[in-house]
Amino acid sequence: MAKAFLVLDDGRIFEGKSWAATGRTFGEAVFQTGMTGYQETLTDPSYHRQVVVMTAPHIGNTGVNTPDNESRKIWVAGFVVRNPSTITSNWRSEKDLEAELIEQSIVGIQGIDTRALTRHLRDRGAMRVGIFSDVELTREEMVIEVRKTDAMSGAYLSADVSTEQTYVVPAIGKKKFSVAAIDLGIKGATPRALAARGVEVHVLPFNATFEEITAVKPDGVFLSNGPGDPSTMSDVVDLVREVLGAEIPIFGICFGHQILGRALGFETYKLQFGHRGINQPVLDKKTGKVEITAHNHGFAIKAPTDAIFNTVYGPGEVTHIGLNDGVVEGLQLLERGAFSVQYHPEAAAGPHDAAYLFDRFIALMEKYPRVQAVI
Amino acid sequence: MARDESIKSVLVIGSGPIVIGQACEFDYSGTQACRVLRAEGIRVILVNSNPATIMTDPEFADATYIEPITPEFIEKIIAKERPDAVLATLGGQTALNAAIGLHKAGTLEKYKTRLIGADVDAIERGENREIFRGIVEKIGGESAKSVICHTMEEIIAGVEVLNYPVVIRPSFTMGGLGSGIAFDEESLRQIAGAGLRHSPTSEVLLEESIIGWKEYELEVMRDKSDNVVIVCSIENIDPMGVHTGDSITVAPALTLTDVEFQKLRDLSIDIIREVGVATGGCNIQFAVNPDDGRIIVIEMNPRVSRSSALASKATGFPIAKIATKLAIGYTLDEIKNDITQVTPASFEPTLDYIVVKVPRFAFEKFADADPRLTTTMKSVGEAMAIGRSFPEALMKALRSLERKEAIFHFPADISGIDVAALLLAMRIPTEYRLQQVQQAMWAGATIEDVFAATKIDRWFLHQLDLINLRARELAQPAELSLDYLKSAKEMSFSDAQIAQLRGVHEGDIRKARHHLGLHPVYKTVDTCAAEFEAFTPYHYSSYEEETEVRTRTKPAVIILGSGPNRIGQGIEFDYSCVHASFTLRDAGYETVMINCNPETVSTDYDTSDRLYFEPLTLEDVLEVVHAETLAGPVLGVITQLGGQTPLGLAAGLKAAGVTILGTSPDAINLAEERGAFGKVLAEQALTAPEFGMASSQLEALDIAARIGYPVLVRPSFVLGGRGMEIVYDDAALSGFITRATYITPDHPVLVDRFLDSAIEIDVDALYDGSELFLGGVMEHIEEAGIHSGDSACVLPAMTITPSQQKSIREATLKIAQGVGVLGLINIQFAIAGDILYVLEANPRASRTVPFVSKATGVPLAKAAARISLGTSIADLRSEGLLPASGDGVAKAISVKEAVLPWNRFRRTDGRGVDAVLGPEMRSTGEVMGIAHTFGESYAKSQISAFGPLPKSGTVFISLADKDKSSGLAPSRAFAELGFNLIATGGTADFLANNGILAHKVRKNSEGSGPMGEKTIVELLNTGGVDLVINTPVGRGTRADGWAIRTAAVQRSIPCITTTAGFSAAVQGIRALQRGELSVSPIQEWLKM
Repeated sequence: MAKAFLVLDDGRIFEGKSWAATGRTFGEAVFQTGMTGYQETLTDPSYHRQVVVMTAPHIGNTGVNTPDNESRKIWVAGFVVRNPSTITSNWRSEKDLEAELIEQSIVGIQGIDTRALTRHLRDRGAMRVGIFSDVELTREEMVIEVRKTDAMSGAYLSADVSTEQTYVVPAIGKKKFSVAAIDLGIKGATPRALAARGVEVHVLPFNATFEEITAVKPDGVFLSNGPGDPSTMSDVVDLVREVLGAEIPIFGICFGHQILGRALGFETYKLQFGHRGINQPVLDKKTGKVEITAHNHGFAIKAPTDAIFNTVYGPGEVTHIGLNDGVVEGLQLLERGAFSVQYHPEAAAGPHDAAYLFDRFIALMEKYPRVQAVI
Repeated sequence: MARDESIKSVLVIGSGPIVIGQACEFDYSGTQACRVLRAEGIRVILVNSNPATIMTDPEFADATYIEPITPEFIEKIIAKERPDAVLATLGGQTALNAAIGLHKAGTLEKYKTRLIGADVDAIERGENREIFRGIVEKIGGESAKSVICHTMEEIIAGVEVLNYPVVIRPSFTMGGLGSGIAFDEESLRQIAGAGLRHSPTSEVLLEESIIGWKEYELEVMRDKSDNVVIVCSIENIDPMGVHTGDSITVAPALTLTDVEFQKLRDLSIDIIREVGVATGGCNIQFAVNPDDGRIIVIEMNPRVSRSSALASKATGFPIAKIATKLAIGYTLDEIKNDITQVTPASFEPTLDYIVVKVPRFAFEKFADADPRLTTTMKSVGEAMAIGRSFPEALMKALRSLERKEAIFHFPADISGIDVAALLLAMRIPTEYRLQQVQQAMWAGATIEDVFAATKIDRWFLHQLDLINLRARELAQPAELSLDYLKSAKEMSFSDAQIAQLRGVHEGDIRKARHHLGLHPVYKTVDTCAAEFEAFTPYHYSSYEEETEVRTRTKPAVIILGSGPNRIGQGIEFDYSCVHASFTLRDAGYETVMINCNPETVSTDYDTSDRLYFEPLTLEDVLEVVHAETLAGPVLGVITQLGGQTPLGLAAGLKAAGVTILGTSPDAINLAEERGAFGKVLAEQALTAPEFGMASSQLEALDIAARIGYPVLVRPSFVLGGRGMEIVYDDAALSGFITRATYITPDHPVLVDRFLDSAIEIDVDALYDGSELFLGGVMEHIEEAGIHSGDSACVLPAMTITPSQQKSIREATLKIAQGVGVLGLINIQFAIAGDILYVLEANPRASRTVPFVSKATGVPLAKAAARISLGTSIADLRSEGLLPASGDGVAKAISVKEAVLPWNRFRRTDGRGVDAVLGPEMRSTGEVMGIAHTFGESYAKSQISAFGPLPKSGTVFISLADKDKSSGLAPSRAFAELGFNLIATGGTADFLANNGILAHKVRKNSEGSGPMGEKTIVELLNTGGVDLVINTPVGRGTRADGWAIRTAAVQRSIPCITTTAGFSAAVQGIRALQRGELSVSPIQEWLKM
């Protein structure tokens, strides 16, 4: 196997072996600590432009299958693993992981000390990275190449990942509500979770206008997860303010949560190395209960966690906090139907502890029925 | 939230002696529980009959009752101590059963105390199969189709519905006791019949067979706010059909997608909620059909289990500690993760490494036992290994077993490997199935061939293939380059394995490797895959880039543990290692523990300053020494506390330039090498039994004629009493030699004079080079010839005179001086006639160290560790670690009794193995009884070990001719105590001739009588006998004795096989008859 190099912005280089597609790739280096769910990770649009380091050493054991794809393609910019499996063993497996990565031209690297890399990223923060499995460059040249690329801060990526056309995911069973979901990088599991609760989901492009939203006569608006820096999203933030003004119930997750936060007037900031895993404890401040949740975020909202805050849309509060580091993980308006969480109630991959949030969205739509005059 | 302030005192119930299925993992969990409760300022009352545990050390509880764990005794403790609450979920099935007993007897209510952790309803819901089935159905899960049966008729009818093969599982037993798989009616009747007997509710479950399915286990924790986390997922490499305790297992699960794993997670959470385990841990087992993913819930344990200990060590999440905190009212988010110090315990550990656990068996000790692995657990211990890949973890784990058969071999010539035979053999799981698989694949079998034979997941088989492939590459002639060695080390090929592949010596490889600067790095178990900084140095090796060993300034002492539990080397040695670590930490050293046994206290990450979870081989230990030497000053390695395993490494370590603290390897050799030791004895004018070394049958007979029968014979190349036998005449000696050994000049047979009817004495002592401290002189209750580990013993010795005591002390001092001991020494003596014989000396901590320490209140292991580092006995006396003057003094009369695993093993014909004691050790654990009189303490020890001795009823007596005279007095005493005596012909006649009435009963071989008179075996089976005295004529199943003893064992009727035990039983029963046995905590005894 050919040599390959993982080259970090700060000059540290890991030598491994070429895996998946050969070539070179760049992105933001982030680590993912889930022990299951590599396929969901790969196909999660939120990982667009990121080179993902899997901390679990054996990856690919169960191959890949169609039902577990979270979107139409693999989004990661590069994939870093210690021991890729050269055999797949699972009754649902359709294809070998490496074959799938090669088919989608995803450059990977294997055989590096992923724990050392993870510790480095933890201590120094997420940073730019390149994988080179064509090695005609010197080490210095590779570092220069990496430093030429764009950083994640300030990245505007929704256009890359969003659907171009609106599409509809029909409700399962009796249709109770319609929801307009703004696709900022939505995962398949979200419309599935809503549809299972009798919601017809209209998935709209990221640049949908308020009129396009009202045209589907939504009972609620869903703001999806997605990649990029929330501070670049002023258009969508303005759109959300219009939705808030129209008093249409809103549920945002992850990137959508950050956008709701910005729409309410809060700042967002970049975390040192982010939360990416499926074991993150989140405290529901109201019930005192802890849920184990799937996370994938590099940015977070700055909001007061100890008291009710005021916004132009009325009072609100932080509802959830991350127990590992106290990050704001959820907020809601108290007099309007809008709430959001920084994590992934749709899981995929990850635990189902937070699935109740979809029920909460349903309850919210029941509490704040569509105002005919507005829409 | 915070803790329940109404709880000011808690009774913790321990798990009793180490038995198969319930080992020192409960010492680990119980010790954690006691520590947590004390740290909270709660008064801790502990009951545990096992003296070899750390938890029963006086400093771990306020009141430590080394008393039988029965509802009757616990009631006495509750009456005395009035605890606010009882914690029974950390003491295994024993504690849980005791708790249910207390509840049923109304004790808890009577004394207004309550169970914390899980209540009786939850325990019943989790353990009663019928109720549990209902729960599984209610939450939308699926159970295997099954039928509950209470009689053999119901069982036979049940199979009509389920078809063969069927799985039989008795209710309320631990470690799968009495369960099995039946393929036909004959095996069904055998297994189910035993199952009905083993189940306290005479209930068994017949179940559809899901043999060959994938098997998983999830460790779950819940707090009172209903927060639930999954601590760990474990996947069994051996598919369904092998008890999980006997399976090779891996964490985390490796062959499930997230979708499937989350289904298991959801089911687990729904189950723990529905069962209603209020707080604490439980484990839930699943089977998954490899073809379609159908999930079946197998069972749950509503308590901390063996798997919890494994999961704790595998993840760094201390389940028992946290379960205890939850039981007193904390919630998961209020508890800090020790390792990261910043994040809470309400999270799910994530692993960036692979953990493999392998079982260790003891079939060689039970020659006639069925070696097939089934749903009844048979292993006696386990080793765990951590690696950054599955092959690395697996190869380390196999090395950790310390058995040459367990390590993969890669012979250059494969013509001797019969692939077809291996493929056939591996269909039936046995101890070395994985090695059969690897050999078959090495010789050409494909993954599909092996999968068809074993149903082991192809992913694991592929990993074995990769190991074989790497071995093939390594066998190619090539330069010993860095790349070459690194590729071998990445899969954890040992230096020895590489050497074998290249046809050179292990040392050559090591030298070349070190010359290239290739050493392992040490990673950290941190619960979070490096997401947060770890503050606990819990390390494992890997050949990667970056090491995480921190530098230090304090001088370090490295302590070698004892590896996987096995018969002869178990928790007692872990006890000594842990003590050493505690005392050396206190004395200002940095302690570094190396061990690979996940069940132990020594592998708890906060026992020592640093923990290396590594195999105990020379190579692995040398690498740790190297890493620690780079980190800071290392004073040396302690090898005398972990039993034979570290002792065996001492010479190699020294040769490699490592300082051995305490007794030197040369001194060890003086004691262990027979010729050298003989010289030491001769120089000191001490006597040993005569012996000779025979390299032919003729020579053996000559030696026997010279030294006189009986003689003890054994092959010279095995240790630990394996293959030893006592023979009384030429015919038996010839028989032994033709049957049991192949005898050559290279493999001679040792023939020792056997001191018939001698009193055997065990001594534990400390020596610092000038002063001797005699820790204790124990007298065996069984006479010489029974392995000391299997013999009951009493401290102080009861029958030796002051002058004998004096000569024992003198002899001990002479041997300690002669050998050059620095620390502990254990010596076995025999007194026959007026002569004191030295049987053997072990210059290390012995099995009896914890017992002696409990009985005398002197921490021998701690003192030994300090002596190893140069502190004198005089200093230790003035420090208060040793008594100010004199030797160890027993504070009361303490009896140690061994616990034997007879009921675990069965022959291939389904019948029991012979329950007879001999020179080969077979016990798995021990108990202690402590009281003012010998009778009381003996009675307590018997109750703890075997269940109650009868106070009245029928005693069956059958004495071998050699035992008749010594059996007379106790027989007479039994008659006087009001027992009804029955005996077989010869014994009955003998007793009648001596004026003792015993009813004659037919031998098994005689069959039922013409008038339907029952044989003794039939009587035993119908419950007409309360106590069996049966001394064996000789070894082997020809004797009627075997049928009697196995029937007694299977019916749980106390069975005594020596006349010394018989005499002791008289005193015990007398004490029982006199009235209630009182209970006292060890702290009170030690004040005396």
